[in-house]
Amino acid sequence: MNLEFTPEEKAFRDEVRAFISQNYPAHLADFGMREDMSPEDMVAWHKILGEKGWSVPAWPVEYGGTGWTPTQRYIWSEENARVNAFMPLPFGVAMVGPVIYTFGNEEQKAKHLPGIRSGDVWWCQGYSEPGAGSDLASLKTTAVRDGDHYVINGQKTWTTLAQYADWGFFLCRTDPDADKPQEGISFILVDMKTPGVEVKPIKLLDGGYEVNETWLTDVRVPVENLVGQENKGWTYAKFLLAHERSGIAGVARSKRGVEKLREIAAEETLDGQPLIEDFDFARKVSQLEIDLAALEITELRTLAGEQAGKGPGPESSILKIKGTEIQQRLTELTLEAVGSYGTPYYGSIANDTGSNEYPIGPEYAHHSAATYFNMRKTSIYGGSNEIQRNIITKMILGL
Amino acid sequence: MDFNFTEEQDMVRDGLSRMVREQYDWESRRAAIASDAGWRPEVWAQLAELGILGMPFSEDVGGFGGGAVDAMIVMEEFGKGLVVEPFVPTVVCAGGFLKHAGSEAQREEHLSAIIDGSRIFAFAYAEPRGRYDFADLETTAKKDGSGYVLNGHKAVVIGAPWASHLVVTARTGGDRRDREGVSVFIVDKSADGIVTRDYETVDGRRASEVYFENVSVPGDALIGDEGAALPLIELVTDEAIAAQCAEACGAMKVAHAMTVEYSRQRKQFGVPIGKFQVLQHRMVDMYTAYEQSVSLTYLATLKLEADERERKRAVSAAKVGVGQAARLVGQESIQIHGGNGVTDEYAIGHYFKRLTIFESEFGNVDHHLKRHVSLA
Repeated sequence: MNLEFTPEEKAFRDEVRAFISQNYPAHLADFGMREDMSPEDMVAWHKILGEKGWSVPAWPVEYGGTGWTPTQRYIWSEENARVNAFMPLPFGVAMVGPVIYTFGNEEQKAKHLPGIRSGDVWWCQGYSEPGAGSDLASLKTTAVRDGDHYVINGQKTWTTLAQYADWGFFLCRTDPDADKPQEGISFILVDMKTPGVEVKPIKLLDGGYEVNETWLTDVRVPVENLVGQENKGWTYAKFLLAHERSGIAGVARSKRGVEKLREIAAEETLDGQPLIEDFDFARKVSQLEIDLAALEITELRTLAGEQAGKGPGPESSILKIKGTEIQQRLTELTLEAVGSYGTPYYGSIANDTGSNEYPIGPEYAHHSAATYFNMRKTSIYGGSNEIQRNIITKMILGL
Repeated sequence: MDFNFTEEQDMVRDGLSRMVREQYDWESRRAAIASDAGWRPEVWAQLAELGILGMPFSEDVGGFGGGAVDAMIVMEEFGKGLVVEPFVPTVVCAGGFLKHAGSEAQREEHLSAIIDGSRIFAFAYAEPRGRYDFADLETTAKKDGSGYVLNGHKAVVIGAPWASHLVVTARTGGDRRDREGVSVFIVDKSADGIVTRDYETVDGRRASEVYFENVSVPGDALIGDEGAALPLIELVTDEAIAAQCAEACGAMKVAHAMTVEYSRQRKQFGVPIGKFQVLQHRMVDMYTAYEQSVSLTYLATLKLEADERERKRAVSAAKVGVGQAARLVGQESIQIHGGNGVTDEYAIGHYFKRLTIFESEFGNVDHHLKRHVSLA
């Protein structure tokens, strides 16, 4: 056992660092401080990585993965976190991609994987419904076979960034008479330009538009868009959720966030002293760092297990629970650190002046409240943290 | 980076795990801690025979050339069985001082006796008023010819009733709480002027108050440089903390498993209580705290050889995280066991007690959180 990098790993780190410093778009550095990104901004790094062959590092090599070891993948995320890089969106890379290369047929692999790798095709996830969030199996959207098409009807919600999506992957009920709600569900790929697909943005607490309601009315989808077997979609959905959770810990990004928090707390003052020198505050930061250090090693242990041939299993629920708790505490503590300048609604100020240069308060305060509000989603999405506890209860504790 | 154990380490774990299962079944442990001696020298001899006591020492002194990871493996298994034999004071602490700072002659005299099980050590560092500060010493060692004269009172010296020798910290110079002027001595417990008052600890071990009244020790009782021992004490106790974190992980693992099993058997309102979601989620939180503790224990163990700041930060992080987890797992285990949890008859209460005391050994959560903050 050891935590040291080998000379080869150090060389790899240098290579990665050099590549990032030469290629990461400068205007996107520290993206967390700017919430005005365009869709082009969001895929810019993905496209650069696609050309380099580094956009889907965790995939099997035959599908364009890098063959990196868990340590190399760790180095990769660390180095990206150094510039707080905006990483490729997970919907293609971490979610539907692995489902397609694991359960899809050859045509589907050939048709969809290249666009996911290159970042040219934007994917969204159609899982949740107004009446079926954490109780996903109760979903009602139907896909009825009609010749060589499925006709899909229903309403999805929380479809993240669907306003820009080219394709979506949807869970639909194909057998309403199945014995259990988990049965009779299919995993279907839908071209978002198909007539009958309508996307309506939902305004969130932080003032942003990140998620949507997606309405599907008599949407005709060719049967070749079914992934795997009809009525077996639940299996693929669970597989996908485990993959989603393995990247959800957000360790590298949180580490950068803690650094930023320390910078802020060194600027802010309390009783004439830097806030970070106040013991009550400093201990909260230390506690966060300690929990984050534990999470980092837990994630590395999970990655090492994966490398040894164990797929991401129910242990990834731990990463989801702890990772999101830490992200939330980090943004909460950052809002606490900025003090009064967390209060102004910077969206309103920007609108008044017609500029993104806010005349009020230090720059680091500008999105602290919005980010804190926004991050409340993390313990809800991807299977709420209560659902993650149910998964551990069943799969690990056997209760 | 590598989280694998070597084949040898796996073998050690398997052998030890078998031994703990066989020798440390619940009734045997109960009988042992209730006996006059309070421990089992025959178990110690068996550990020596298995090579466990020599594991962290280099081959040239008769050891097996292992290190902190090996100690971690041993302590985790000990934690599972609530082993009371004094591995930490003897092997990790006394062995650590000898390994890092002992002279050729000191190593020769003591290490082989530690490895073959014939010599037991206790580490007398704490004082009634010192709390967790290793430099807050009222015990003095005054130069006297070529030797020293020790005076003072050492508190809660774990394993001292079983020990033949003591490692003692004392002030050879400076004022109370100065970082300079702290020295470490190896003292034969039968030396004139040592008075002990022995007692049981709440977690089933034995300890002593140790009084030094003009105890003369020879010059070669000093380990390392006179007056400069504080960094050495911090290094050795960091190693002890990492080892005890592993012990706590072992104890938490068993406490959690017992609790899950109990919740499967115990029925209330006609169903096993493990079917209640409110209890399920609490057991998941215990499990998560346990897994995070294992991670922090790995981190601390693997950073023991890093530079001082990095080492201390990792060890304090572990002591904080594992300490908090130990409290959570201990308390929740009792709660979920209900009334049975608070009886002496059920094993779970004894895991709870060990986990409780673990928290304050070598500095509690607050102390180490403070140290972590100071090293930011």
